[in-house]
Amino acid sequence: MSATVAATPRSHTDASAARASRPAGRRHQARRPRRRVGAALGTNGILVVGAAYMVLPLLWLVFATTKDASTLYGADAFTPGGSFVANLQRLLAEDGGIFLRWLGNSILYAGAGALVAAFVSLMAGYAFDKLAFRGKGFLYGTVLVGVLVPNTATVIPLYLLAASVGLTNTMWAVLIPAFCNPFSVYLARVFTSGYLPDAVLEAGRVDGAGPVRSFLSIGLPMLVPGFVTIALFQFVAIWNNFMLPLIMLQDRSLFPTSVGIFLWQSQVQQNPEYSPLVIAGSFLSVVPLVVAFVLLQRFWRAGLAAGSVK
Amino acid sequence: MTVRVDDSPQRLRRRPIRGTGGRTAAIFLTPFFLLFIVAMIGPVVYAIGLSLFAERRSGLGFGGAEKVFVGLGNYADVLASETFLAGFGRLALYCVLYVPTLLCVALALALLLDATVAKARRLFQVLLFLPHAVPGVIAALIWAYLYTPGVSPIVSALASGGIQVDFLSVHLVLPSMVNVAVWEWAGYNVIILFTALQAVPREVLEAARVDGAGEIRAALAIKAPLIGPALGVALLFTIIGSLQLFTEPKILSTATTAVTSTWVPNMWAYDAAFNRNNLPQAAAASIILALLAGALSWVVSHLTSKGSSR
Repeated sequence: MSATVAATPRSHTDASAARASRPAGRRHQARRPRRRVGAALGTNGILVVGAAYMVLPLLWLVFATTKDASTLYGADAFTPGGSFVANLQRLLAEDGGIFLRWLGNSILYAGAGALVAAFVSLMAGYAFDKLAFRGKGFLYGTVLVGVLVPNTATVIPLYLLAASVGLTNTMWAVLIPAFCNPFSVYLARVFTSGYLPDAVLEAGRVDGAGPVRSFLSIGLPMLVPGFVTIALFQFVAIWNNFMLPLIMLQDRSLFPTSVGIFLWQSQVQQNPEYSPLVIAGSFLSVVPLVVAFVLLQRFWRAGLAAGSVK
Repeated sequence: MTVRVDDSPQRLRRRPIRGTGGRTAAIFLTPFFLLFIVAMIGPVVYAIGLSLFAERRSGLGFGGAEKVFVGLGNYADVLASETFLAGFGRLALYCVLYVPTLLCVALALALLLDATVAKARRLFQVLLFLPHAVPGVIAALIWAYLYTPGVSPIVSALASGGIQVDFLSVHLVLPSMVNVAVWEWAGYNVIILFTALQAVPREVLEAARVDGAGEIRAALAIKAPLIGPALGVALLFTIIGSLQLFTEPKILSTATTAVTSTWVPNMWAYDAAFNRNNLPQAAAASIILALLAGALSWVVSHLTSKGSSR
């Protein structure tokens, strides 16, 4: 695993250089340049098409944010309109500025959820990787079962239980489930075995550090990349969660952006004037995530690499 | 049930093995397992309990509802419900369309990225991954607009070419939804598969080249089989993800009447809980879905791990 995360990408220039230096028949030499050009055009052409498929809808969102309700319907999709500032002003003023509140809620749920979940998962992953104890196989088995059960299948049971103790329509109804992600424990175990050599902990033990102390002062600093990766994935998962807050929350001032924007969208059919609000709100809630992903590339790459190793 | 699982860390504390192993493990594992019990095991157990009862109005309807034990009666009712079965049929069709499409698109793009002639790999990876930074609600919203005649540049471009398509019609809305999910998840899986491809030993590819295998042949006959385990993981998580289907149909239901309130099992359970006020049936439906998903992903993970150990 550590090899996968740390591996430097195979150098393709080396590979092609090696191939070029391979002794080849004259016949091949004559034919290869044209074939290579064709292959390069084909390969990169399909990649460009794929990238366009991914990027154009986002570009549409950017242009749509600059239009009012009337130019949204009818005008050319990829020409800018003049209502960008007006749309944002309307978005921030609508319903007493409730959108900022929703954005704040999303940041609170996703931020607090990600930090707590990452810490709790790292502790558990550390125990599963570094400690010998009775019942380890069984307990880890239950974690893996938790990974296999789809999230949405537990949402209604969560609601039923929360309703029975009167916790629905509170922040805790969204936060407590966000603190727990079995997949993060799995990732944490993978990271712990990759980033934290047993010998380092052994050295700490010889120096007299207790298990908790050595986790906090030796383990955690070495596991920072793993912590950031797990927190990043959990942040995105909570930010994207829709069914849980939709079901748990009735009070609009507790909504995260996803549910708030859905509330507006469900009124678009009656009143198209809501469209610019929905689009501007979508734009504002996508921008921070896109920026975060571009800046934190190293971490999501590491997470995906770790997650793909069984 | 809750109590039994709850005391397992306690038991570890009482019977430590290998010095402090058990006690330390309990300290590290208790936070996660407490959350796990509160957020996953507890709700599921509570929902199972609830699903075994039905609310019956007593006599003339005065004096409120009374709970009657009905055993598996609610499960029988859910499984006999035509709308539930129709929803399951749609979910099955969605999986059959979505899972192979997604994996083929992701594998093809990953192999192209890994081809020696590919340029600007880093840029392509980021562009392909961008949609994953977009919350599911927003992704579904963007596409809902891109499917709506009058707003959509796609619909108008097709119309000017003489093709009239209604992406939101009864027949096309399911493939349209598949497209939204492919857009959201293809890049994510491209990165997973590409990372695995980068770890394929260079000597193997060199050997294939010496034996006269072209780049396409090497990609399909050597690289693809070698990343079997990563493909297995991608398959597993794609299946688990597709069974969660809720956000996309819920959002598209605001844009078209073709998506009914019980369109997929998750929406059926939501409708049972909040529109029909039949909590026991909602609980039974959730449990059926969780069991089915758990069983299916267990089978898939078993098959793929068997395949990779060969």
